[in-house]
Amino acid sequence: MDILVCIKQVPGTAKVEVDPVTGVLKRDGVDSKMNPYDLYALETALKIKEQEGGVIKVISMGPPQAKDVISEAYMMGADEGALVSDRKFAGADVLSTSRTISEGVKKMGKIDLILCGKQTTDGDTAQVGPEMAEYLGIPHIANVLKIVEIKEKSVIVEMDMPNTIEVAEVKFPCLLTVEKDIYQPRLPSYKEKLITKDREIKIITLNDFDDKDEKKYGLSGSPTQVERIFPPSVNNDRETWTGSGEQLSFKIAAKLKQLKFV
Amino acid sequence: MGKLICNQDKVNESNVQELLKVCPFGAIEYIDGKIEVNAGCKMCKICVKKGPTGVMEFVETEAVKVDKSLWKGIGVYVDHVEGVIHPVTMELIGKAKELAAVVNFPVYCVFIGYNIKEKAKELLYYGVDEVFVYDYQELEDFRIEPYTAAFEDFVNKVKPSSLLVGATTIGRSLAPRVAARFKTGLTADCTMLKMKENTDMVQIRPAFGGNIMAQIICPNTRPQMSTVRYKVMNAPERQCDPKGKITICEIDKSKLASNIEVLKVTKKEFQEDISDAEVIIAVGRALKSEKDMAMVKELADLLHAQIAGTRKLVEEGWIEAKKQIGLSGRTVKPKLIITLGISGAVQFAAGMNSSERIFAINTDKDASIFNIAHYGIVGDIYEIVPQLIKDIKSSGAEYCVR
Repeated sequence: MDILVCIKQVPGTAKVEVDPVTGVLKRDGVDSKMNPYDLYALETALKIKEQEGGVIKVISMGPPQAKDVISEAYMMGADEGALVSDRKFAGADVLSTSRTISEGVKKMGKIDLILCGKQTTDGDTAQVGPEMAEYLGIPHIANVLKIVEIKEKSVIVEMDMPNTIEVAEVKFPCLLTVEKDIYQPRLPSYKEKLITKDREIKIITLNDFDDKDEKKYGLSGSPTQVERIFPPSVNNDRETWTGSGEQLSFKIAAKLKQLKFV
Repeated sequence: MGKLICNQDKVNESNVQELLKVCPFGAIEYIDGKIEVNAGCKMCKICVKKGPTGVMEFVETEAVKVDKSLWKGIGVYVDHVEGVIHPVTMELIGKAKELAAVVNFPVYCVFIGYNIKEKAKELLYYGVDEVFVYDYQELEDFRIEPYTAAFEDFVNKVKPSSLLVGATTIGRSLAPRVAARFKTGLTADCTMLKMKENTDMVQIRPAFGGNIMAQIICPNTRPQMSTVRYKVMNAPERQCDPKGKITICEIDKSKLASNIEVLKVTKKEFQEDISDAEVIIAVGRALKSEKDMAMVKELADLLHAQIAGTRKLVEEGWIEAKKQIGLSGRTVKPKLIITLGISGAVQFAAGMNSSERIFAINTDKDASIFNIAHYGIVGDIYEIVPQLIKDIKSSGAEYCVR
C-alpha cells in the first residue's frame, strides 16, 4: 500500500509584527516547524503502515529550506520524500497551490491513499486538501476522526459531521484530511535521524511537471489577489475601570443588572 | 498578475546585502554573482519598494479576463442536515441581499439533498428570489462527488457572480471542491464582505494567525467564492409572506455516482456548544489551578453562561477542546462575554470580538484585550470574581429574560 502524506513548513510562531518604519511584516526566517496538524496525518500513515505494511511518501511545497520538514518526516519513519519547489510557484493562492502540489503528486508513483492534516496554522483555510482531490479526480473525506479498517481496495473511516458521526467506506485512491488527535504523533527518533541523514529528498520543479504552462502556477495562476493588508479594527467605544476588587465587582454587578443579564 | 524581474546589471557589492536583507521571507539569494528569487517569495513586492533603487522590478502581465456581464446574482449554499437548515444559511442570505442591492442582482439559494422540496419553502420567508432544489435519493447523505456535481450543475445553469457557503463541516469540504472545479478563487472564513460596482466582491479575512486582516478580490474569474463562519453575519427578519420561487432541478443520475458509501450514521449526543451560547464566561492564563474552576462555574451558573477559554486552558486539560475560543477553536458571538484573566492575543480575539458586550478583567492595564472590551476592568480575578458572585446573589432577582 502506498500512502502519501502532505506536509508543510510553517512559521514557528503565529506572532507577526509589523515593522513600524517600513510597514512590512516582520517574520523570523529561521524559526519554522512542521505544521502541527500534519503530524497527525503522518502518524496516521505510520499506524497504517505498522498494521498493513507499505510505503510512506511525503510531499511538501515551499522554498528550498522546507526540506527540513521532509527530513523531520524521515526521522518519524517516512520512507520517501519530495519537495515541490520553483521560484515560478511564488505567490500561489489556494487554487494555485493545490494545482502545483497535485502536479507534484503525479510524479510520486503509485498512490493509494493521500493523507492531509485538517488545516495549516499559517494559511488556516483547510482548503488545499479538498482542492487537490478535485485536481487529482479522486474522492475525499474531510474531518476523519478514526481509521476503522483498511481493506484491499478501500478504507473505512469515521467522519465528523455536524450532528452525527458517520462511518463511510471510500475506495482507493482517495484523499482524507484527518482531525487533530486521531492518533498521538510520535517524536522524531535519533536513531532514524542517523539512518536517514543521507536519504535523498527529491526536488520537483516546473520542468518536471506534465503541464509546464508557467501561467498556471504561482501568482499568475492565482485567481485571488490580496489588495491590501491592514491591522484588525480596534473598538474605541470603551470604558476602563480601575479600583479595589470590591468596588470593581460592585460596578460589574450593577452594570450587568442594568443590561438585564442579572 | 505579474512577475518579479531582477536587473542584474544594477546589482553590485555595495547594494547586494541590502537587497538580501530587505526580503522578510529570505527568498532572495545571491548565487554565483547572480540574484535569484526562490520559492519562498510571497510576492509582497517589498524588494521593489524598499530595496536598492531599480534592482527589482515588478512587471504586470495581462491576465485573461472573464466577461463579468455573463455572471449575475449571488448564490447561497443551503447548509443542512437531513433537511434541517443550518442558521448560517439565513445569515448568508442576509449578507447576500446586502451585496446584491449594490449591483441590482437577484439572490439565489442552491439546496441539495433528499426529501427537501417542502423544506425549501422556508427560505422564501427570508427574501430569496429563487431556490434551486436538487432532490435525489443519491443526495441523501453528504458525499463529495454527487454534491459537487449538483453544485456544478447549478453554477452552469444559473451563472451566479458570487457564491457564499457556510464554513461548516460540510461547507468547508464542499466549497473548495467546487472552486477547484471552476478554477476560481475561494476565500475562507471571511469576516467582512462588500460589493464593488463592477461586481467584484471584496473579501476580508484574518491572515497570519489573525494578526493582520487581508482584503482579497477575485477579479478575473467567476464565480467568486467565500466561506463565512456561523455567527459572523446577521440573519434578516423572517417575513410574514413568502416571496420568490422554487425551481426543481433535474440532473443526469449518472453524475451522482460516488466512490463513497455511508455505512452507518450515529447521532452525536447532545453537547453544549459555545457557538450557540448567549452568555459566556471565558477563562485564561491567569487561572492558577484547576480547582479555581469552581468559582468560575459558580459565576457561570448565576449568569446562565457557558464556560469557555483559551488554548492554554485546553492544553492544561481544564476545559474541553471544543470550549476553546479563537482561530484554532470556535468563533462565538454571545450577547455577553466576560473574560477572566485573558490577555487577548489576536488569535483569541478573532474568535469573540463580534460579541455584543465584552467585559474583560485583567491585571495588566496594557493587555490587548482592553482594545476590544467594552468594559475593561483592571483588576485581579481572584479579588473580583468571589465578590461579584456575592454581589449578584445579593441583588435578589437571579435572572430575567430579555
